[in-house]
Amino acid sequence: MTRALITGNRAAAWGARLARADYVPAFPITPQTEIIETVAEWIAQEEMDCRMVTLESEHSMLTAAGAAAATGVRVFTATSSQGLLYAMEMIYTVPGWRAPFVLVNVSRGLQTPVTLEPDHNDILAARDSGFLQIHCSTCQEVLDQTLIAYRLAEHHRVRLPVIVNMDGFYLSFTREPVDVPTQEAVDLFLPAFNAETTRFHAGEPVSQGVAVLGSSPYSYFRYENHLAARQGLPAYGEIAAEFAEQFGREYSSVETYHCDDAEFVLFMIGSFATKAKDAVNQMREAGWKVGLVRPRLLRPFPDQDLRLALAGKRGVAVIDQNLSMGKGGILHSELASVLYGQPGAPPILASFIGGLGGRDIGAEEFFEMIRVLQRAAHDGVTPPPRLLFTDNELREVRKLQAIAHTPHRQG
Amino acid sequence: MTEQTVTLYKRMKDLPSEHLLAAGTAMCAGCGGLQALHEVYDILGEKTVFVNAAGCMTLLAVYPFTPFRGSWLYTSMASAPAGAQGVRDALDILLAKGRIKPAEDLQVVVLSGDGSASGMGLSSTSSAIERGLDFIYLCYDNEGYGNTGQQTSGSTPHGARTATDTGSRGYSGYKKDLFSIWAAHKPSYVATVIGTEPLDLARKIEKAKNMKGPRLIIAFSPCPTGWGFDPMDSVEVGKLAVKTGVWPLKEYENGRVTHTKVPSERVPVEEYFKKQGRFAHLFSPQRNEGIIADIQGRIDAYWSEVSPAP
Repeated sequence: MTRALITGNRAAAWGARLARADYVPAFPITPQTEIIETVAEWIAQEEMDCRMVTLESEHSMLTAAGAAAATGVRVFTATSSQGLLYAMEMIYTVPGWRAPFVLVNVSRGLQTPVTLEPDHNDILAARDSGFLQIHCSTCQEVLDQTLIAYRLAEHHRVRLPVIVNMDGFYLSFTREPVDVPTQEAVDLFLPAFNAETTRFHAGEPVSQGVAVLGSSPYSYFRYENHLAARQGLPAYGEIAAEFAEQFGREYSSVETYHCDDAEFVLFMIGSFATKAKDAVNQMREAGWKVGLVRPRLLRPFPDQDLRLALAGKRGVAVIDQNLSMGKGGILHSELASVLYGQPGAPPILASFIGGLGGRDIGAEEFFEMIRVLQRAAHDGVTPPPRLLFTDNELREVRKLQAIAHTPHRQG
Repeated sequence: MTEQTVTLYKRMKDLPSEHLLAAGTAMCAGCGGLQALHEVYDILGEKTVFVNAAGCMTLLAVYPFTPFRGSWLYTSMASAPAGAQGVRDALDILLAKGRIKPAEDLQVVVLSGDGSASGMGLSSTSSAIERGLDFIYLCYDNEGYGNTGQQTSGSTPHGARTATDTGSRGYSGYKKDLFSIWAAHKPSYVATVIGTEPLDLARKIEKAKNMKGPRLIIAFSPCPTGWGFDPMDSVEVGKLAVKTGVWPLKEYENGRVTHTKVPSERVPVEEYFKKQGRFAHLFSPQRNEGIIADIQGRIDAYWSEVSPAP
C-alpha cells in the first residue's frame, strides 16, 4: 500500500488498473478526461496490460464496452454529463446483455445552459436503466468503490454493469490523500474475470440482445434484470464486508453520521456530504441533535437500510443536487416512496434543491435547513420545496443581464 | 494489377449446395437481402458473430430461435460497428492472453440495412474504418427503411415513391453513394454484390474472408413489399438492376475500383422501373419523361466513365 495525494480522476484510473481491466473503450469529455489520459499513459509505459481504443462517441463507446464484456474481457470505461446522455440508448441497452463491467461517471450539469460544473441530473437520467449505481464522496471512495463495483457487477446473482459516480471538480480535480492498495492485495479481493456463459467464441454459439415477440418474454427479461439488480443489495453487503475486513475501510450501503440520537437528519449523495458533515459537527457543538444519512447505493435502492437509519427521526431535509423540471428533487421522491406508510417514518420530509451547476452549499444553509425542520416538526406540516438561491446570486445574474442588454456602441 | 488469388468458385456448380442459414425466418417472401445473406453465410461459415443494427434482419433472431449456427449480437441502429469493435478487441485480447485458442476465434460481421449504413450508422462505420478494424460489414440495401414500411432513407433512389415521398415525382433526392464514401476511407476492401449474381458474390465474399482490416459489402436487395412487386419476380428485378446498369457490380481494392461485371448492352432503365410499383407513377396516369430521362442520363454518364471489363 502507498499513500498518495491524487485526484478523484486518478483514483478512478487506479481502480481500473488494480482491477486489471483488459479493455478501455474511451471518449474524452470534461471533467472525465484525466481518467482516460492516465490509463493511456500507463498503457504506453507498459505499467498496465490493457487495450484502449478511442471511439467516435459515447454511444459507440458504450456499445463497444458492452460488446467486449459480452465477449469475455474485463472492461472499464468513463464518461460525464452530455456524454452519458449521448450514450443513453446503450446505457439502457447493455444491462440486458447481462455482461458486467464498470463505468465511472464524473457528474456534471446538463444543458441548457451548458456548464462544466457538477450536479446530479446526468447520473439520475441513468437511474432506471438497469445499471447499478454507487455514489462516492471522497477520492479514496472512488478507488475503493471501483474495486467493489467489479465484484458487484460480476457477482453470480447480479451480472449487471455498475456506474461509480463522483462529482466533477469537487472530486475529479481535487487532490486528497488516498491509500492505493498493492496489486497483490487487490488480486486477493478481486479474482480474474469469469465471463460465465456470456461470451462469444467459436464452438459455442451465443445469441445476445435478441428480439422478443409478445409481452410475456419481454416482461420476463425486464423482471429478471430488476430482480438481479435487487440481488445487488445482499451481494453488495457481502462484498463491502469482505472489503472492510481486508482493507479496513467500511462502505455500508448507507452511510450514517451522528445519526443514532439525531432528531433531524440531512439526506444527500456525493461529495457535498463532506460539507454537510462539517455543518453537522458545528451544529452538534451548538448542542443540536442532528445527523447525516448518505446512501452510497442508489440502484439497487437500499430501502430497508434507509428505513432503519431514519426510523423515529422528527424530520429529514432531502438535499437534491438535481431538478426534475415540473416536479422537484428526485431523491426526495425516491426517499418518500420508501418511507411512506412505514412504522417510525419521519413525519417531516422537506425538500431542498441546491448545488446546481457546482453551486456551493454553505454551512449557514445547512443550519437553516435544520431550523426549517424544527419549525415544521413543531407545526406538524412539511414545508413546500425550497430552491436554494440567495439575494447575492440574483444580484450577480442581474448584473450579467445588465451587461447583456447594454446597447452595443459603434466605433 | 492486384494479385490474382485462386478462387474456389469458378462456376455455378462450385457454389455450396446446402445453405447454412436455417429456413423459416420472419423475412418477407422474395426478400433479396435474405437471398444475399444465405449466399454470404455459406461462404463465411459458422465461425462468425453477426453484430446487427436495427433493421429488417433484426427479426432473424427472435427469442428463443436463431437461423444462425454461429453467434449474434443485436446492438442498436447507430452503433453496430462499435459493437464489432468491442467484440474484435475482446477476441484479440483473449487470444493475446491465451484465454481462448486460435481455433476459437471468430470472423466479426456487421449486418445492417441501408438506413443504418447510410444514415445514423455512418459515423460509427467511418471511425471503425479509420481505426482499421478487422471486420466485415454487410449492408443489405433495399433502398429505404424497409422494416418500418419503406420510408425514404439516404439510400432511396431518385424518383422512387416511398411511404414518406408519396407525391407524383417520388423522392426528389438522389441515392447516397455509400460505395464511394466507404472507399474514400481507403479500407482493405469494398464491394457491391447482389444475390442474383451468386458467383460474383461468392468470389467477393471469399476474397473478403481471406483479407484483414475493414471489408465492406453492399448487397443490393430487391424488396417485394417495399418496392411493390410480386415475390416471384425478385430474381428478375435483381437481374434487371444489373442489366440496366442501375446496380454496378464492382470492388475497391488497393486504391482502385474495378467493375466485375459490365453489361455489354444496357437494358433501358424503364424496363426495370416497370416491374415495380414504386415507379408506377412515372408511367401512369401519364409518362414522366423528364424523370425517366434524367435517371437514364445519369446511368449512361456513370457507365461512360467505366472502362470495359478486361
